[in-house]
Amino acid sequence: MIALMSDRLVIQSVTKFFGSAQNPVRAVDDLSLTVKENEFFTLLGPSGCGKTTLLRLVAGLESCDSGCILLDGADIAPLPANKRPVNTVFQSYALFPHMTVAENIGFGMRMQGKDPADIEKAANEVLDLMRMQGFGARYPSELSGGQQQRVALARALVNRPKILLLDESLSALDYKLRKEMQIELKRLQRETEITFIFVTHDQEEALSMSDRIAVMERGRIGQLGTPQEIYHRPVSRYVADFIGICNFVSAGSLGLAEDVHIGFRPEDATLLVRDGQKPETDGPVLGGRLHALSYHGAVTYYQVTLDSGETVTVADHEKLPVNVDDRVRVAVLPDMLIRCAP
Amino acid sequence: MSTQAKNMPGFGAITFLGIAFLYLPILAVIIFSFNSGRMITVWEGFSFDWYPRALGNSDLQRAAINSMIVAVGATTIGTVIALCAALALHGDGVPRPLKNASYTMMALPLLVPEIVIAVTTMAFFGALNLRLGLGNVLIAHVVFCIPFAYAPIRARITTIPKSMLEAAKDLYADEWQAFRHVTLPLLAPGIFSGALLAFITSLDDFIITLMVAPPGATTLPVEIYSKVKRGITPEINAAASMLLAVSIFIVLLSYVINRKKVI
Amino acid sequence: MRLSSGTKLLLPFLAVMTVFFMAPMCIALAYSFMQANPLGGVKPAFSLAGYLRFFYSPDLDGNMHWDMRYLQIIYSSTKMAVLATFICVLIGFPMAWFMATRPAQQRDFWMILVTIPFWTNLLIRTYAWILILRGNGIVNTGLEKAGLIDAPLDLLYTPFAVGLGLVYSYLPFMILPIYSSLERMDWRLVEAAQDLYATRLRILWHVVLPAAMPGLIGGVILVFIPTVGSFLAADLLGGGKQMMLGNLIENQFGMGRNWPFGAAISAILITFVMIGLILIARRGQGLKGVVG
Repeated sequence: MIALMSDRLVIQSVTKFFGSAQNPVRAVDDLSLTVKENEFFTLLGPSGCGKTTLLRLVAGLESCDSGCILLDGADIAPLPANKRPVNTVFQSYALFPHMTVAENIGFGMRMQGKDPADIEKAANEVLDLMRMQGFGARYPSELSGGQQQRVALARALVNRPKILLLDESLSALDYKLRKEMQIELKRLQRETEITFIFVTHDQEEALSMSDRIAVMERGRIGQLGTPQEIYHRPVSRYVADFIGICNFVSAGSLGLAEDVHIGFRPEDATLLVRDGQKPETDGPVLGGRLHALSYHGAVTYYQVTLDSGETVTVADHEKLPVNVDDRVRVAVLPDMLIRCAP
Repeated sequence: MSTQAKNMPGFGAITFLGIAFLYLPILAVIIFSFNSGRMITVWEGFSFDWYPRALGNSDLQRAAINSMIVAVGATTIGTVIALCAALALHGDGVPRPLKNASYTMMALPLLVPEIVIAVTTMAFFGALNLRLGLGNVLIAHVVFCIPFAYAPIRARITTIPKSMLEAAKDLYADEWQAFRHVTLPLLAPGIFSGALLAFITSLDDFIITLMVAPPGATTLPVEIYSKVKRGITPEINAAASMLLAVSIFIVLLSYVINRKKVI
Repeated sequence: MRLSSGTKLLLPFLAVMTVFFMAPMCIALAYSFMQANPLGGVKPAFSLAGYLRFFYSPDLDGNMHWDMRYLQIIYSSTKMAVLATFICVLIGFPMAWFMATRPAQQRDFWMILVTIPFWTNLLIRTYAWILILRGNGIVNTGLEKAGLIDAPLDLLYTPFAVGLGLVYSYLPFMILPIYSSLERMDWRLVEAAQDLYATRLRILWHVVLPAAMPGLIGGVILVFIPTVGSFLAADLLGGGKQMMLGNLIENQFGMGRNWPFGAAISAILITFVMIGLILIARRGQGLKGVVG
């Protein structure tokens, strides 16, 4: 693999073992990927898929068992964490409780022996950027969760890292604050033009924020692509299942003879509730019985037990005139079918 | 409330009596240190006279100075050793069997009867022909100060999240800087609390010092003991009260310091 | 420089403990198998006399005679230690229970109240009992003033005084481990048991006692061992009528000048300690509750 000018981070065949020598577990398994300059890159996957380990390998908090990690073309794998020009926003924030906000933010520059006047100036600038003016003299214990989150971000950003690593950084916030911070993070990334690598298990968060997403599966990359590609063209059932709801039915029930998994998203099908009602497109139509329905405000989910015995979910914006146990038909949009290798 | 089974009838009364039992002798010594007469248990009126007398007694003075030297020395050395041990045992650089052996060695001075430590140390110094005067006492004190200093440090160290040190390293701190700027300040209350406990343990030790101290190297408790053997006087009660007050003040201080949580 | 890990940092501790704690124990063990030097110390020659002294005493001609005196002392001091430990359980368990069932803020207060005596000078706290128990001491004066007795009771310099001093000295060692176990217990279990019609006695037996067991085992060991090896209580309050093993050891290394015998008694006490350590490691709540 050749590192191009615009490649900020190149991970080449990196493997990391955990566990005992007799029973090693590959947390990261011969994994390679490239993160471009000024990119919002997300590592997505369930807990235990190796995404946090990969992030810690880049940060230098864990060491690779094999492979190399190129930052702007230079191998940083042998360097300890304190020698790497990358910074981390920890899941628990890890703010130093015995230091003020300003001292926390200045810590990285202080350790690098920067001039105190420069440190103060940089700290004030980053507090401005975070809209946290006037909080410099406070201690972390005097801040709310959202404010602590901002300080953790500021403490990392102030060092102008080549890559900012965010480890499940929003997971401790409540729903509303998380939504705000998602927008805030995007803004920061645009304004600072720093490459972000963001680790999350929340697919919605990943889809809404990322330029590209790597879906991880047992230490490997299941799929790497833009949010649109990942959502609409998942390459495997694993990826399709992980990103949103996906209905899978056997190729046979759709009248297809291919040896593939066929899936469709709930919003890519319509529910036909009246006898003789014509579907708007000429895709497959599956007969079944309404098993359950649940109202979610903007959409209603209809769970249908097909005649083949399989269960699928269909989403509709309207509350349809239908009751549980009624006969219904499911019309699938033909160009929205997802074909995955079995 | 009393219908609840967790409130057993009589247990409150036993507790109050038990606490009274624990404090009765302490109060007796303090009260009779203010007795104006020479009779130690017959109250003849309030007087503050015995305190200046005790403070002016040259035997007690000499012993108190020895006590301070030993306690300060043993606390300093013991706390540094305990801190190093706590750091080593908390990390994963020490092999498991060595860790377990260390934990056992940490518990032994607390469990082995003091008289056994006293005579074995005395025999050991004799076998080595080690005659360092007050130095012998200091060495003996360092040994039993270590576990007392270790316990609060150990308790504290386990409350420091691992991510705190990782954050320091991520922010360009090397091993020493991370220790100096993050671990040490966060451990400080535990270290201070441990040092205080080691200090009063050393200050209060009697049996080990009695057996180990060569002539001229007696500490305050040993001096009090030999005076008690000759007959208790209000003057001794006054000296004892001051020693009790120092211990109580220090143990309370240790609690207050160590109460603040890391996060 | 690796500061957070590595055996290097453990070396000062290991060195100090090995040289100044373990080595003296080993030397004492070696002394227990040597001949006594009547001027103090030992003669470097193998002998079992230190252990035989438990059963025999030499007469002027050097012949050994059956002698029960020391076995009697060992028996009576063990009996005294068992009794003191038992009384500590009787007082300490209800105290620990009461403390553990207080609201969280009050618990700290009780805990401090119990630990302060633990941290204050044992010598002073023991001699204070002389003030309380002697002929014209606080108890006798009080009883006489109340008209309950005509002549002072003989309280001081009796086995009773020693037992009292022992219970007094080591009571916190019983309360704290039990408290530490009970504090962690889920007291809702008691409510559940009560809801299921259990009587108080059954709750004590089936719910609280199992939860308190590690602390109880720890407490019994932490009280029994220092008690049987104690020195001060018998020395100051016993008047020579009641000895504990600690006094016997002190005597052999002091006036008695029989170091091998003193070392042999120490070896027995260390054996108790080892058994105690194993028991604590297996089932018990250790000193964590006291100094942790």
